[in-house]
Parts: sequence; C-alpha cells; structure tokens
Amino acid sequence: MKKKNLLQRSIIIAIVTIVSFYIVIGPHGRRPHGKDFTWSGIKANLADNIHLGLDLKGGSHLVMRVKVEEYLKRLTEDSASAAANAAKEAGFEIKEAHAETSGGNYQVVLQAADPSKAQQIREAAEKKVDLSSNAGWSFSQSGANLVWTLSGASQKQLAENATEQALKIIETRINTLGVTEPTLQRHGSQNSHQILLQMPGITDPEHVKQLLKAQSRLELVHIVSQPSPASAQTYSTREEAVASMNSGGNIPPNRRVLPYSERTELSTDKENANAPKPQKWVVVESPAIIDGSELRNANAVQSPGGGTEDFQIQFSLKKTGADKFGTWTGANINEYMGVVLNDEVKSIAYIKSQIYDSGEISGRFSKQSAEDLALTLRSGALPAPIEYQEERTVGPSLGQDSIRAGVRASLLGLGLVVFFMLFYYRGSGVNAVVALMLNMVLMMAGLVMFGATLTLPGIAGIILTIGMAVDSNVLIFERIREELRSGKTVPSAVEQGFAHAFVTIIDTHVTTIVSSLFLYFFSSGAPMIRGFAVTLALGLVVNLFSAVYVSRTIFIWLLRRKGGRVESLSV
Amino acid sequence: MIQILHNVNIDWIGKRKFFIGISVALMLVGMGTALYRHKFHPNGTEAFNLGVDFKGGTVITVRFKQPPSAEQLRSAIQAAGIPDAVIQPVLDKPGEFLIKVPQSTAETGVEVSRTQIGNALNSFPNAGPEIVGTEAVGEIASKQLKTQAVAVTIAALIGMLIFIAFRFEWTYGAAAVIAVFHTVLVTLGLFSIFQIEINLTVIAALLTLVGFDVNDSIVVFDRIRENRKLYRRLNLYDVSNLSINQTLSRTIITSGLVFLSVVALVLLGGQTLRPFSLCLLMGILFGTYSSIAIGTPIMVWWERKLEAANKLPAASPRESGFQTRSVADANRKGVGKPSRAA
Repeated sequence: MKKKNLLQRSIIIAIVTIVSFYIVIGPHGRRPHGKDFTWSGIKANLADNIHLGLDLKGGSHLVMRVKVEEYLKRLTEDSASAAANAAKEAGFEIKEAHAETSGGNYQVVLQAADPSKAQQIREAAEKKVDLSSNAGWSFSQSGANLVWTLSGASQKQLAENATEQALKIIETRINTLGVTEPTLQRHGSQNSHQILLQMPGITDPEHVKQLLKAQSRLELVHIVSQPSPASAQTYSTREEAVASMNSGGNIPPNRRVLPYSERTELSTDKENANAPKPQKWVVVESPAIIDGSELRNANAVQSPGGGTEDFQIQFSLKKTGADKFGTWTGANINEYMGVVLNDEVKSIAYIKSQIYDSGEISGRFSKQSAEDLALTLRSGALPAPIEYQEERTVGPSLGQDSIRAGVRASLLGLGLVVFFMLFYYRGSGVNAVVALMLNMVLMMAGLVMFGATLTLPGIAGIILTIGMAVDSNVLIFERIREELRSGKTVPSAVEQGFAHAFVTIIDTHVTTIVSSLFLYFFSSGAPMIRGFAVTLALGLVVNLFSAVYVSRTIFIWLLRRKGGRVESLSV
Repeated sequence: MIQILHNVNIDWIGKRKFFIGISVALMLVGMGTALYRHKFHPNGTEAFNLGVDFKGGTVITVRFKQPPSAEQLRSAIQAAGIPDAVIQPVLDKPGEFLIKVPQSTAETGVEVSRTQIGNALNSFPNAGPEIVGTEAVGEIASKQLKTQAVAVTIAALIGMLIFIAFRFEWTYGAAAVIAVFHTVLVTLGLFSIFQIEINLTVIAALLTLVGFDVNDSIVVFDRIRENRKLYRRLNLYDVSNLSINQTLSRTIITSGLVFLSVVALVLLGGQTLRPFSLCLLMGILFGTYSSIAIGTPIMVWWERKLEAANKLPAASPRESGFQTRSVADANRKGVGKPSRAA
C-alpha cells in the first residue's frame, strides 16, 4: 500500500463523513449560525430534516364525502339531453326534455309532440343512450310523456361505484403528489359515501386538500357562433345568451350556457393583470365533442411568447378520442371550439385545420396552478365533487408508548451487537463498530437528501441493512482468521481476506439491490413497499462504502503504523 | 482468539431427507391449519388473523375529561378482549382518542366493538370517558394492493433468480428462491397456527426475511463456487458440505447477532410491534436453517441430476441419491489452505 493511497482514502472518508453529518444535523436552505451547533439547535434541525411517517408521528385525519347526489343528477341530465338528441336525430319531434332530480328521484322525461310515436321514440332513444332496465332504468308512459326512472337499487349501486372511483382517483393523486405513505379507506356505512384519509405531517396541507378536491372535468365543445373570420359569439350576461336561442327562455337539451373569462392581454402592468377579468357567456353545443376520459396525458408548459408567469396545459388524446376529435375538426374547419373545465370555458379558438390527438388549455395559469391542473387531469376527473367533513390532527398510529418501547429495544439490540463485536473480534471489532456507526449516519443523510419519510416498513429496511452491515464485517474477519490459520503473514491475510470476502459481499449486496429495484419499480400503487425498497437499496449502497472501503482503510492504517513487519493482528 | 466452531465436519447434505422432512411437515401443518380454519372457522377464526389494515373495522372516538395514557388505555382494551386495537390520540382535541378495532363479524361488528370498548372504558370511572362517535372503516390495503404486494414480491424473487443465475448457475438461483419460499410459507403457517395478527408491518417484515434468507444462501453458494475451483477432484456433494462448514461460524455469528437484536425487540418492543418482531424472529430462524438445510441440498440434487442426464442419457443405473463419501478426506486436503488458487 502506498502512502498516497492511504492519504487519499482518508481524505475521501473524512469528506463523506463531514458532509453526511452536516446533511443530517445541519440547517437546510440557510446559512448555519452559532445556534445550530448547540444541542437544542441540532435537535431542532434533526426534527426538520427527518420526516417521520403517520405511524411514527401522526398527521392529518380527513374525512371527506363524495357528493354522489350530484353525480346522479348529472347522469340524469346528461341522459335526458342525449335521449332528446337521439330522438331528434331519428326524426321525431320532441316538445320538451328535462331531468327530474328532486327528492331522491332521478327521472328522464321526454315530451313527444305526437304521443302515438312514443314507442318508436323510446326505441330510438334507448338505441343511443343506455336507459335500459339492465342499467337500472324503468320506463313508463303517461300521455305524451316518456319517463325513465332510476330504481333505488341502481341509485345505490351507481353511488357506490362513484365512491369507489373517487377513492381510486384520490389515491392516484395523493401518490403522484409524493405524500409518503398515506392511508386511505372507506369510512362510515356504505350509504355515507365517505372516505377517510390520513396523511403524515406535510408542509402545505391546504394545497393537498385543494388538489384532491379538484374535480378536473375537461370537455372540448363546439361553440355556437358564426365561423371565423367573424369573432366568436359571446354575450355579456347569461340572460342575453339564453335569449339568443329563441326558445322561450329555456335552454334546449342540445345547448348549454357557460361562463367564459376572457383571456386578458398580457401586460407588464401588474395591477391590471390582477384585476378581475370581465366575465362573458357563451352558448355551446351539448353533448361535448369529447371529454376528459379520452385524455392520455397532460403536462404544464410555458405558453409560447408568454412570460415566466404564463403557463398552459398541453394534452394528448387516446386513440378513440383522437379519432372522434379528428373527424369532428375535419368537418368543422373555421368553426369555434372551446375548452371547458368544470363547466367554465377556459379558452376559445377556431379550427384552422384538422386536429387529431393533441391540444392545449391556455388561460394564463401560474406555474403552480398549471402543474396542479395537469396532475389532476392525468389522474382523471372525479365523478362527483368532494366535500371535507371533518379534519383533525392525530398522534402516531403505532402509539407513543410502543414507539418508545421499540426505540429502547432497538438500542439494546444495537448495544448487544457492538458488545459482541468488540468482545469477539477485539481490536478489529472497533473497525466494525466504526463502520456500523458510519453506515447509519450515511444512511440518514441519504434519507434526508431524498426527502424520504421514515415509517416502520422503512425501519424494517434499515434493520435488514444493519444486519447485512454486520454480516459484511463478520465475513471479512472470519476470512482473515481463516487465512491467518493457514499460515499467511498478517498483511497477506488481510489482503486475501478482503479480496475473498469482497466477492461474496458484492454478490449478496447486488442481489438484494436488484430485488429492491424490482420492488420499487413494480410497486407504484403500494407506497409502503416503496418505502422499504428505498431504504434498503440506499442502505446497501452505503454499506459497500462503510463496511468495505472504510474498514479496509482502517486495516491499511493499522498495518502501516506498525511498519511492514506485523506479527499479530487483533481479530 | 476466541473462536466458536473450528474445523467442524458435519455431513449436512447427507441429512437432507431428515431436514426436508421436517420442513415439509412444518409447511403441511401450517398450511393445513390455514386451510382448516378457512373452511370450518373454529371459534370464529379465519385462515389468517388479518388486522384492521386488511379487513377494515370500526373507529370509535372516545373523549376523556382526565385522559389516561395511551398505554393504560391499550391494556384496558386488551383486557376487554381486543388484542389488536390501534390507538391514536387526537392532538388538536386533547382528551380525545381514535380507537380502531378490527371487525369481529361482518354485520354486527360495529355494535360489538362499541360494547367491548364501552366495557373497557368502564375501568376508568374517574376519567369521565364518553364514546362520541362510532364509524365503520374500510380496509387500508385495497384488494388491488393485496394482489400487487404478492405480485411485486414474486417479481423481486424472479429478479433474484435471474441475477443469481447470471452470477452462478440457474440451479443455484432456483434453489435459493425455493429456500426463500419455504421460509415465507413456514412463517405464514406459524402465523396461522398461533393466530398472530397480520398487518401491513408484517408484510414489511416478510420482505425483510426474504432479504436475510437470500443473503445466507449466497454466502454459502459463493464459497461453493470458490471451492469448486480449488478442489477440482472433490465432487459437488463434498464441496458443498465443506463450504457450509467453512462458513458456519460466520452464519452462526451473523444470524445469532440479528437474532439477539430481534429477541430484544420481541421482549421489550411492546404489544403493537409484536407481530412485526415475531415475524422477523421466525424469519431469522428459518431463513438461516433453510439456506443450509434446504437451499444447498436442493441445488446439489439438481446439479447432479443434470450432470447424470448429460453423461448417461439412457442406460444410467438408478443411483439412489448421492455418494456418501467421507468429507474428512476433503477437510484434510482442504481446510487450512482456502486461498491456494488465489
């Protein structure tokens, strides 16, 4: 071993150790000051740096309710306008169509101009819209009125499905947001449509709440207007818009009146930019050309030509949606199209040429709100709005007493290991203990750097790592002993011992790292398993450094100190 | 120099029938118990005692005028016959606790749980306890997650198999994975027999024991690979015995240390962590055992079978198992010069 080599190794180890210590106990995002080096300062920084999960520290407890009645209402209204359109397309005259959605009843009502055609109208409507008895609708006729009523059992079933769907979407959103290891479960009786979310202490719970709540219902609609080059038809009040349809103050089933906040011109004048934008109204065709269920992807991007504060969402469509959209845009060049989000028109543009599978939503979004919107669009629209009913801060689910007992037991276990290593391997045991302590510091630094949240499954990963760290040293020392027994000189025994044990250590570590990578990449829906995989992989990489590199360096130093002729080694 | 185990000379592979017999018996008893419980529900038990994470239950909100400690509350609830309740204090409303109880029976679970908790609260007459809310909750681990957890573990095992096959032979990989499977099955069997609660932390513990088990197997395999190069005249049977014996002191020290730490966790870690720590404990025991007594013999058996098939395609006289040659011979040649080739 050359002297330079030892020096180089020592410098690397010193730097890594100091940096790791600083990462674990130092302040982040600001310059350190005197207080950071006092005991209480270190404690405060430690608490800031290491995030503890729901099971170890507790967090927010949120009960939300899926407003399923709104879901049923929308379903009935959509069915009513779709049924009326279907009947009209088939050549029947419909006097009036509406949805009856009061008092827990959900009915689609069509009033036929000619009551004798009722049967044909029913057939025409049911051909296009699923109002069959299989879907839970029962048909009845009184005079000119055709009525489809949703049965109580189907209401229940549909509401249940909507709740399950909302649960899944919320799960996707919360996982994409990177909230570590939340728990999500149904709450209350089956008819209460509640969801219970517990999440660990996060920095901005309000933001998360808003995001989970966002309905994100996207539609692309045809605006009723003269085609370009005339500008898109807007109205300054809702009444004006309704009156424009000449249908006696009612909105026909194939039309909707939606608010539209016109995109104000970008200006450097800050005050102007913050001023409320003038609200206008537009008439759009119903049903929409396509809706958010046809979305394949959505991303926030900076608007071309816009400043750093002007973002838009770029989206692409699935095959089926792209086909529909392409056909429609091809047939409607120069017509106006609107992007509607949660029943509000976000932007209007005329169709220059056929568009297939992509588009954008512009509307002067800030970076944050564009990213939030893209995230919620990707996760899918909630079937119904959500309301928060209860919010509490709860303690650790493992219980403070259990955690204390667990920490005590772990320290005792660690003490036993340290004692044994010092007792059994004597001088070399010090090596192992130094390597073990360093392993834990580096691992903590890694967790802080990745912003990981520590939970019990993560600790299981750490236990496995510590076990393997001890194992690495045992492997090395046992091998050195074997080599010594076979009559080798001390330097050569150390050399050979490391060389042989190294192969084994690499094999065991890489195998486990490979399996933890598999765990990580296949467990997108199981955050708990991810937490385990992350700490495990991190710990093993760190261990290759601490157990092999550091331990080896200490041996080199020991051998050098005694000068080439070492006759005994404390191992 | 203190040395436990030096120059051991045990014929591990020769005892394979005995070991495999024990393991098969253990697995059969465990899985048999699970199946029996699944079918007949003796005393209302299920195949596995799944916790509130997996099957949902009841959340009972309790308010105290003078709140007891969570520890006192837990032992009172245990005394009332609910061993696996999750107790969370409500921090922004001092004196309130959320108590999650696994479902006792599907329909009346909520009522039963409420009564049981009510009884438990009676042991704090001076604290002014009051049940302020009772709600059913669903499971945390959705069906999707359950299937995903299993699928992910199998994917991880396949990953191991491929990597070990790449570094050694595919028979080594298969043997290591079979040994792991055995450990998991035996552990789950014991969880069924003793009706220890299975919650999400137990799943983490199962993943941990998979890691320990494979680690042990690889240490032995690695030595076998090395010794095969050193002692070309020894057959695989003897080399395997030699390698297990050479690594035995390491195996005992490492497993022993981890075992001791886990024992500390079982004894002192408290009730809530017990399913987790018991799972680790069983995993260490059976994982160490299986890498020596299950994994290696299976690998040897398999390799020999392949060898025989290659050498004598048709007319091979059916050898009954392995040649049982004395390993002492190998030891005389072997131990003491492990790194001759290096």
